[in-house]
Amino acid sequence: MADPRPRPLLALRGIGKSFLGVRVLADVDLDLGPGEVHAVVGENGAGKSTLMKIVSGGYPPDEGSVVFNNERRAFRGPRDAQRAGIGIIHQEFNLLPERTVAENVYLGHEPLRRGLVDRREMLDRTSQLLASVGAAALPADARVGRLGVAQQQIVEIAKALALDARLLIMDEPTAALADHEVALLYGLVRRLQQRGIGLLYVSHRLTEVFDLADRITVLKDGRRVTTVPTADTTPDELVRHMVGRELSSYYPDRAAPDDLGPVRLTVRDGGNRKLHGVRLELRAGEVLGVGGLQGSGRSALARALFGVAPFSTGHVTLDGRPVRLRSPRAALRAGIAYVTEDRKGEGIVARQSVLDNALLASRSMGRAWSRRAARSVRIRNLLAAVDVRAAGYDQEIRFLSGGNQQKVVLARWLALNPRIVLFDEPTRGIDVGAKSAIHALVRRLARAGAAVLMISSDLPELLGMSDRILVMREGRIAGELPAGATEEDVVALAVGTARETVA
Amino acid sequence: MSAQSLLPARWPVPGVFVALVLTVAIGGLVVAVDGGQLFHQATVVSLLHVAAGLGLVAVGQTLVIVGGSLDLSVAYLISLSTLVAAETMNGSDGAVLPAVGLALTVSAGVGLLNGLLVTRFRINAFIATLGVGLLLKGYLDNGYDGPAGVTAPTLVRTLGYQRIGPVPLSFLLLVAVTAAAWFTLARTRFGHHLVAVGGDPEVARLSGVRNDRVLVTAHVLCSLCAGLAGIYLASRLGAGAPRVGTEGLYDLESIAAVVLGGTALAGGRGGVAGTVGGVLLLASIDAIFNQLEVDAFFKQVIRGAVIIAAVAVYARRALRRGRS
Repeated sequence: MADPRPRPLLALRGIGKSFLGVRVLADVDLDLGPGEVHAVVGENGAGKSTLMKIVSGGYPPDEGSVVFNNERRAFRGPRDAQRAGIGIIHQEFNLLPERTVAENVYLGHEPLRRGLVDRREMLDRTSQLLASVGAAALPADARVGRLGVAQQQIVEIAKALALDARLLIMDEPTAALADHEVALLYGLVRRLQQRGIGLLYVSHRLTEVFDLADRITVLKDGRRVTTVPTADTTPDELVRHMVGRELSSYYPDRAAPDDLGPVRLTVRDGGNRKLHGVRLELRAGEVLGVGGLQGSGRSALARALFGVAPFSTGHVTLDGRPVRLRSPRAALRAGIAYVTEDRKGEGIVARQSVLDNALLASRSMGRAWSRRAARSVRIRNLLAAVDVRAAGYDQEIRFLSGGNQQKVVLARWLALNPRIVLFDEPTRGIDVGAKSAIHALVRRLARAGAAVLMISSDLPELLGMSDRILVMREGRIAGELPAGATEEDVVALAVGTARETVA
Repeated sequence: MSAQSLLPARWPVPGVFVALVLTVAIGGLVVAVDGGQLFHQATVVSLLHVAAGLGLVAVGQTLVIVGGSLDLSVAYLISLSTLVAAETMNGSDGAVLPAVGLALTVSAGVGLLNGLLVTRFRINAFIATLGVGLLLKGYLDNGYDGPAGVTAPTLVRTLGYQRIGPVPLSFLLLVAVTAAAWFTLARTRFGHHLVAVGGDPEVARLSGVRNDRVLVTAHVLCSLCAGLAGIYLASRLGAGAPRVGTEGLYDLESIAAVVLGGTALAGGRGGVAGTVGGVLLLASIDAIFNQLEVDAFFKQVIRGAVIIAAVAVYARRALRRGRS
């Protein structure tokens, strides 16, 4: 790639990375000049985070070279990269809430005087740093836990600057900010630019990218699709670059019109801390897909319906009758099952047997005196029916593959004959073969009359499985798409370039 | 961005001192009504002696707890330290220095072991230090049926019993150790790093702190404090006592004092000043109930209630803080 700038601050060439044989980055090139803002965009799982971790020393690349300040570097860790002058501002802040701003900024390299920490000096230097990024009003001796999110972000940036960062990586910096705080961040980015600091800016929000970036690199499936100067492109063109691939696997047939039963669940004006004005209808026999970016409120919706973080406003009806889903137990009683996104953390009890895991919900919801033997026979039949491959049902579940673990989780809920099943990323981390088995099971559930709500970041899966698709953005339903919609349609709604369609 | 969040942090006076003043005031009143006198010289002296022993242990305990660790071996280490000191002295004034040196060296060794188990072998601090404590217990049970060794008379006279007005020398030692620990936490890199490791080990690591080294050091300092408490108890008792640490419940009492003082059990927040407040509170409650000649079991019940109440207050405060 011809580079218009004489001396890039950072030059990546042919970066590749695989995890456990899965290729997440291949042959990525990227240049960043001093004072430049270079945005990196792409779908969930396009490889943005991995690329940023490679630049900031989190992972070593398997292939390719990182040249920083005209020197080829192989960072041994994040600290090594920091010393070289590369700072990263994560979505989750790396700050100690119980300590002051100055103590956080200088943690690990506190200024000393005669062997002791020189607090005066530490406070002064911190104040200067804060003033230099236009945040002179922020007191250096304030406890970080008392600060707002935007202020904490400034502290993070000051912390990076205290280490003389020449390159700053900002990973979704506005994800946690309120609208008026975003304007502050814009000003901050400009000041950093003026100081000659190069910025790698990762964001889902195209508005921001177009406001701030000088150049934009689009990643898709771990490869660089294109790098364009911001002035030469449009949001629509970017969205086209971000998606557009062929369907690579087969999906079970969708529901025929007469498969659809009555409306089972409705939500009107549902809201809580993460959701606003949610309105949806779910029919028996259908698979309703829910798309959107990470943090758009998809999981919050499932968690609200399952009573984990219930709706605080609005009305929910089940089979026409109003219900209050205040706890998972209440949701289970109402016939709702939830297959969580975080299988290891919330889905399985790793050290218990396959059978114990499958029986978990039946045991907690069943009558205490129900016949255990009959229950056990029933669950064994179910496990066989969903085709769980295990050495025996007494085997600890952690030794099973991800796909088989997920089948056990499915069997657990099937045992309760749920009327509504919520799936959150049902095939994440599951190999291709087991994926289609899970897809078939999901469809079978719907055929049997259950109403299925399926959240997925995997666009081909979302499009291939769903009878209808809701797309979420910033805690709201951004729009509804019929079967046969394209990936562009989903992404356009998710990033907010499309006009809202009526749901 | 609220106006309030722009105010500089004010570090509130730990509530334990308020509780202490209230306890002493109310206790003094109740004792007076009962016909006794809480502020009698003998009572105050004995209170300060109790506080000195527990305080030395608790200040050390504060350091490991602030770092996110814990030390359950202190009670056994105290007993061991009394024995090492008293047996080495064997009644000779000339042997005071080597005896103190040896007791502290042994203590530092135990702390090093604790620290390495917690950091290098990644054993949960609760289990690791309990295990080391049981190791020491085995040694003590096996080798000793009762008191052994004789503490040098000079040490008994000075550290054991000497006082300036109503203030025992040992309490002044506690004040000095507390000041040193406070200074360490507030003004040294080690102190800053220790609080950071306790607050969030990952943040500390990414900021260039060598977590393991910091925690091992904290464990060594904690054990040194326990060793010092042992030397003091040996001076008090005139001999080495193989059960003095466990019978005094120094492990759990020291943790209780730390928690009463406002230090978060999970680490990252707190300090030694509060701990000393906690120690004085526990010692005052003791003194008050002794004056009232309350049943020993009832006394334990009250202490338990005080500790639970204190932790509940802190938990509510932390909850509010988390929300703001």
